[in-house]
Amino acid sequence: MNPLTLCLLFSGALFAAGLAGALCRGNAILVLLGIELMLNAANVNFIAFWRFGPSPAAATGVVFVLFAIAVAAAEAAVGLALVIAVYRHQRNIRLAEAVRLKG
Amino acid sequence: MTSVLVILAGFTLAAAAVAFALRPLVHCALCLVLAWAGVAAFYLWAGAEFLAFAQVLVYVGAISMVVLFAVLLTRRQADSDEAPGSGGAGRIAAGLAVAAVVAGVLGRAVLGANLAPSPVAARPLDVRRLGAELAGAYAPALLVAGALLTVALIGAVVIAATDAETRGEDRR
Repeated sequence: MNPLTLCLLFSGALFAAGLAGALCRGNAILVLLGIELMLNAANVNFIAFWRFGPSPAAATGVVFVLFAIAVAAAEAAVGLALVIAVYRHQRNIRLAEAVRLKG
Repeated sequence: MTSVLVILAGFTLAAAAVAFALRPLVHCALCLVLAWAGVAAFYLWAGAEFLAFAQVLVYVGAISMVVLFAVLLTRRQADSDEAPGSGGAGRIAAGLAVAAVVAGVLGRAVLGANLAPSPVAARPLDVRRLGAELAGAYAPALLVAGALLTVALIGAVVIAATDAETRGEDRR
């Protein structure tokens, strides 16, 4: 099996692991961490295609991942601030109980 | 070359799986730090050294600290973790099924595609060239990313800060 296929399989499995974590756990922090893992899987894809793609001379893949990491950092900061805000209102961070906005 | 990738992938996936299977939140967060370190090792393997350093700094360093702070700040006696039964076996089964379907579809698509790595080896990307790219063609994007980070961090402070009206509510 060639390394590009292996990288893509790795990325797909990592994405599925993040998705399973985000869907199965009812804790807001763990859902956020699952989403971060999915973002990482997407970054692995970019790097795989940069490394083994048809035009490896371009730095596009690396630059894109760099910006994705910056956006992921911003997302984590805002997400965890939201978790703390939810905790202030309902005294726990279980998503199943965060139904105040439910119609 | 490929065997190193297989070992890295196995380590990262095992860390991620263990992280979401464990019950105590702090252990989950620490296992995820291992998974992020595995991804950083993958970047090193692929020849993107600067990204590996960025991954270690941002994920293994910064985000893990923020996550641990959030875990400790929102902990309440024994119920810091999900209460048993709050999730429900049905939801867990449904989540696992969806993830398995996604993994199956992705795996089939990857295995079915005719992917041949390019015969040309990637030119190693040194930091000098990456800096030139960032300061040249990608300078507007870099400025926008800086503005985005500033706005996001100010927004995070505003959301997380207690204001006068809710402070009384907090003490109940």
